Amino acid sequence: MNATYNKEDKLLILEITEEIDHHTTEKIRRKADYEIERFSPKRTIFDFNKVTFMDSAGIGMLIGRYKLVTMLGGTMEMVHVKPSIMKIFEMCGIPKIIKVG
Amino acid sequence: MKGIYENYMKLEFASKSNNEAFARIAVAAFASQLDPSIEELADIKTAVSEAVTNCIIHGYEEKDGIVKIECMILANTISIEISDTGKGIEDIETAKEPLYTSKPDLERSGMGFTIMESFMDEMKVESVLGLGTKVTMKKMIKKEAKEESTYV
Repeated sequence: MNATYNKEDKLLILEITEEIDHHTTEKIRRKADYEIERFSPKRTIFDFNKVTFMDSAGIGMLIGRYKLVTMLGGTMEMVHVKPSIMKIFEMCGIPKIIKVG
Repeated sequence: MKGIYENYMKLEFASKSNNEAFARIAVAAFASQLDPSIEELADIKTAVSEAVTNCIIHGYEEKDGIVKIECMILANTISIEISDTGKGIEDIETAKEPLYTSKPDLERSGMGFTIMESFMDEMKVESVLGLGTKVTMKKMIKKEAKEESTYV
């Protein structure tokens, strides 16, 4: 995962570069929490451009990050989500809670 | 796995989380002989990933064990059986409920069985406490839609 922080806009972009499953979520979770806690961003974007696979482990991980981000007073969104992953987000009702595009 | 089949494969591997990707890719490779669409293949990979993760996290509770996968192809349908010899499920109906998780501390979504059920055409869970769990899933690969699209 790559992290980019824009100080001026208080914008944190977390680009996930691996497939998201139970095995990889632990690493993504640790790195994301580190960046979120370090910057306390106003806006956090998870970029899914390079994500070709995600199962329900990703849902648990993203909801956990959403809780942290909002607790720190920020907003969270997911961008560049592929249709196969969007299907899982929709099934789990994620778009009702978190902005997905 | 008993029955008539045109093709068959069996896979056994250690209950390690880094085998989750291996398992879904291996099953997808086997299923690809039915010429599935990208969407159908994604559905199969996701369902397999859910079932294998359940064996590792719940069946064996992240301890050593063997996860077994058997796949069978008959006509245009793939049957996938994923099993462990772990702790088993006490109440299958509760476990299948959307958002239910026996391990809320692990940030699990509780959507595993719901995803398997909706991404596959059939799903059956059999479990005996102390002996293990077996999930059987079936998916029919639709031929007509793809033939149409090749003429477009």
